[in-house]
Amino acid sequence: MYAFEIEKPSTIADAVLALSGEDTQALGGGQTLIPTLKQRLAAPEVLVSLSGVSEMVGICRNDAGEMCIGGATTHAAVAAGAGAFPALAALASHIGDPAVRNRGTIGGSLANNDPSACYPAAALGAGATIKTNTRDIAADDYFEGMFSTALDEGEIVTEVRFPVPEVANYQKFVQPASRFALVGVFVAKFADGVRIAVTGASEEGVFRWTEAEAALSADFSAEALSDLTVPADGMIADLHGSPAYRAHLVKVMTGRAVGAAT
Amino acid sequence: MTQVSMTLNGKAVTGDVEGRTLLVDFLREDLRMTGTHVGCDTSQCGACVVHVNGEAVKSCTMFAAEAEGAEVATIEGAANADGSLNVIQQAFQDHHGLQCGFCTPGMVMSAAALLKDNPKPTEAEVRTYLEGNICRCTGYHNIVKAIMAASGQDVSAIAAE
Repeated sequence: MYAFEIEKPSTIADAVLALSGEDTQALGGGQTLIPTLKQRLAAPEVLVSLSGVSEMVGICRNDAGEMCIGGATTHAAVAAGAGAFPALAALASHIGDPAVRNRGTIGGSLANNDPSACYPAAALGAGATIKTNTRDIAADDYFEGMFSTALDEGEIVTEVRFPVPEVANYQKFVQPASRFALVGVFVAKFADGVRIAVTGASEEGVFRWTEAEAALSADFSAEALSDLTVPADGMIADLHGSPAYRAHLVKVMTGRAVGAAT
Repeated sequence: MTQVSMTLNGKAVTGDVEGRTLLVDFLREDLRMTGTHVGCDTSQCGACVVHVNGEAVKSCTMFAAEAEGAEVATIEGAANADGSLNVIQQAFQDHHGLQCGFCTPGMVMSAAALLKDNPKPTEAEVRTYLEGNICRCTGYHNIVKAIMAASGQDVSAIAAE
């Protein structure tokens, strides 16, 4: 790693101030950023650790019934504390491994927007609102492609608000070496329709499978998907799977998620 | 350099670190507590697992500065007060849960974290929990058996010696 200073603010206001300097970088749980720094793929002058910002930690329900999760809340805390949204708790409990889940945070994951990460599928699938230090961003406007988001320089994900679906499920086809999703599908059924978000598959990062949303909104069963196909164009190709294989998995995992939705 | 202070295995420790100093390097290089191992340095293998404020973390993927004020527990603090092996360590010995021993500090610390939350795990739960701990000798059967035994369960029916 190149040398840098670490700042450890205890409030959002101090964190924003620290991030306003030159060559700064926010540090969430560090489970992606620290390996990135080790490979010298990032070289900030100052890391601003958000793990001490206590106002960004915790899980609650607001008056609208949404589940509000602080940006610095760890995956382990979400797995243990999001029981009212079982699909989200289950998703969090399968990220990485137990030690990674004790450090990694929801805000860090969403800010990074890894194309194979799990949380982007939950946020887009449930139609969450990403709250930052300056504004609220709808998930539909937030994800802008692989490792790219609507966040501005120095903007922090302070909270994520999830509408709680009637039923939902996340199915992850695990890439066993990295434990990321080779393909992951989040299905959420609301009173006014079904939303489906797919991670791990597309070169553009997480996306909604709108055709299947329409089919499942009319008939919430795996059979409703039978006539649909997912085009392989734009799917990720690597040694773990071809575009056609990933496209196939999207449909298979969507069907499984519908069958398992609770 | 910044000064960091933390409690390590119940004793106050302090040292000067750079921003980029990893917790595992602070433990091993500065404090000379070399029981915690670095296997992969890429958060895959789990040889560096320690407890920070009671939670298992990979000390190669956390900065020492982030542990300021924390309670850190390593394998050096695992034994009983009289120096005898704790129940998990003893079970690893009894059930041949280590071969080369390199992964063992992380295995024992992960096992302790598991049993704290889940005192009687099933075999499947033990295997799932150890997803982030890799044994290069592939001695998993006896590691799982040792952890089951440490939880007070009968392990005679578990396969594969």
